[in-house]
Amino acid sequence: MTIDLEDLALDEGGHILLERALAGLRPGEQLEVRGRSGGLSLMLGAWARSHGHRLLPAADRPMPAADRLSSDELSDGPSLVLEKGAAHDQRWSGAVRAGEPGGVLPRADRTWGLAARGALVEAGGPKLDVAWVERDHVWADIAPTLYARAAASQWDPNTIIDWTPPSGVPDDIEDAVVQIMTYLVENEQAALMIPARMLGTLHPHYREVMQLLASQVADEARHVEIFTRRALLTRGQMGRSGADGRESLQTLLNEPDFTLASFLLSVLGEGTFVDLLKFIHDFAPDRVTADVTRLAARDEARHVAFGVAHTAYIAHSDPAFLGRLRGAVERRHEALRDTAGLNQSVFDGLVLLAAGSWEPAAIRRGWEAVQGLQRRMDEGRRRRLAAIGFPDGEAAELSALHTKNFM
Amino acid sequence: MSTPLVIGSVAYDPKVVTIWEGFRGFLRERGIETDFVLYSNYERQVEDLLANRIDLAWNSPLAWVRADRLARARGLTVVPLFMRDSDRELRSAVVTRAGSGAETLSDLRGKRVGVGAVDSPQSTLIPLSYLRSQGLVPGEDFEVVRFDVGVGLHGDHVGGERDAVIALREGSVDAACVLDANLIVFSQEGTVPSGYLSVLGQTEPFDHCMMTTAPGADPEAVATLNDAFLAMSYADPTVRRLLDLEGLKQWLPGRTENYAALERAVDETGFYDAEGNITADDYRP
Ligand SMILES: [Fe+2]
Ligand SMILES: [Fe+2]
Repeated sequence: MTIDLEDLALDEGGHILLERALAGLRPGEQLEVRGRSGGLSLMLGAWARSHGHRLLPAADRPMPAADRLSSDELSDGPSLVLEKGAAHDQRWSGAVRAGEPGGVLPRADRTWGLAARGALVEAGGPKLDVAWVERDHVWADIAPTLYARAAASQWDPNTIIDWTPPSGVPDDIEDAVVQIMTYLVENEQAALMIPARMLGTLHPHYREVMQLLASQVADEARHVEIFTRRALLTRGQMGRSGADGRESLQTLLNEPDFTLASFLLSVLGEGTFVDLLKFIHDFAPDRVTADVTRLAARDEARHVAFGVAHTAYIAHSDPAFLGRLRGAVERRHEALRDTAGLNQSVFDGLVLLAAGSWEPAAIRRGWEAVQGLQRRMDEGRRRRLAAIGFPDGEAAELSALHTKNFM
Repeated sequence: MSTPLVIGSVAYDPKVVTIWEGFRGFLRERGIETDFVLYSNYERQVEDLLANRIDLAWNSPLAWVRADRLARARGLTVVPLFMRDSDRELRSAVVTRAGSGAETLSDLRGKRVGVGAVDSPQSTLIPLSYLRSQGLVPGEDFEVVRFDVGVGLHGDHVGGERDAVIALREGSVDAACVLDANLIVFSQEGTVPSGYLSVLGQTEPFDHCMMTTAPGADPEAVATLNDAFLAMSYADPTVRRLLDLEGLKQWLPGRTENYAALERAVDETGFYDAEGNITADDYRP
């Protein structure tokens, strides 16, 4: 086989043509190289050595070489012959495919590292230090669909919301809004950190789950932003953060198991949160408050959908898993036994928001509205627990153990 | 457990530690105990080899020449054990700026030629000897401009060679002596653009580094180690990482016939005497 590099030098891309020509040969076979670039035989010899090939010594070549002549004289095109080495074949001899691009395997190999799903992976290289490598621990069949939906539903907080400060909101009601927003931000920060931590320990073979979690993190980042901006919109000051509320969120961060954390956060926590956001939206005293809660609730619905689907996926293949879920709820309840749950000022703020004024009759209506909210939250949790596979009675029992802090 | 074989190596780069740690682990898994000692320069390594303070030395070609001379002078033998596939048939080139007007080597008469460090086989000793063989006596027919970087490393440090090419680019020398591989390297790293250099002449092929045994090394242990090195396969991913770092695909048996040009250069410059003593007066490793 012969290749003519014409005047292309090896230090300006000529090696690409050599690689292409050598790819068609077996180790030990020869490639005749022609060309008239300066120093070709020198560079060819050096290139061959460093790639495990051999430039045959002049004496072994079919035609006399003119290596010792200047580059101009080399342009007559002496015959240079490369003998292909085995290094390239050896490098790829132990390579394996990292699964198939179109589907996920029950178990992902850590030695694939960061290789794309379906890529041909050279043996060696660092093992990926991830904890979650089994499909049943992380997967839900709906993940690709949810990710596509999430990607299509991204929005820009700066343009989608008219941030003109509201006028006419009474001071006391604004106080309540600021306090509620402050509370929402700390919940959003927990909701951001938990999937972010899972992301870092998930094998990227389960790419759609990784992408979905990443979009979830991005969603929560936006939620942190919009609630913060609404809180600061008129006063430039945040509200209070109660120790018990943070204690409740800390128990979510303390759960190391991917599925259990996803269950506690998404199925129970964010599920409950969706009802809360709808409530605030319905009783919002101004358009910005209504917009930020509506937009966040829309994202949260996807987070809940994945949590439910993923938990149900495991529970259906392993009914004994329900016992572990139950244990997680009980452990969290136990850990929060000595805390009051929801910050009183947040609870009172919700009542005042729904009341709209300090009139005793209005306060009663607000109180009843919050009672109604808590009933809806409970019903929603029971419905989702039933979807996962819990019998109705047990679902009711577990729902009652959920934190009073909503998330 | 047998006494470990101690291998000397010159620490011309931090990666040397990774490489020899890696080989040590590889050999230990095969029941071969070794240790390694790092040197800042080849001269002390060779002296320690001859004194049997180490069992093997990963020698530059110049270090091989000295070890061999020292051994012969004392009636001893050092054995060329194995070498990298990439250390066979290197060539160096005498280059100038393309379009400088110099067409042949004789055009360098009365000019300035940049070379690497005083102890660099590939960019000083061998090419200067080559020019002499072409009728150009260094220091008489042309001026030698030396770029001493990493003296004692026998040219393992590419800095002197690069400085010579930079000097050529900047016009303070009229030609430079470089290893064939560095023609590509200096272009890739942007020291000079592609096509900037024109080749006026090139040396005959020569060989480079050599694993060398001490006169007193246990032949049986050395043979076992030799077999283990020659058996390293590029198909093994663990070994491949080390071979890639060390810049080879396969270890090959040692051979010495391609050191003739270097031997000649050492004699011509009086770098070492026939007994292996350092006689170059401006060499401070
Ligand atoms: Fe959120
Ligand atoms: Fe969320």
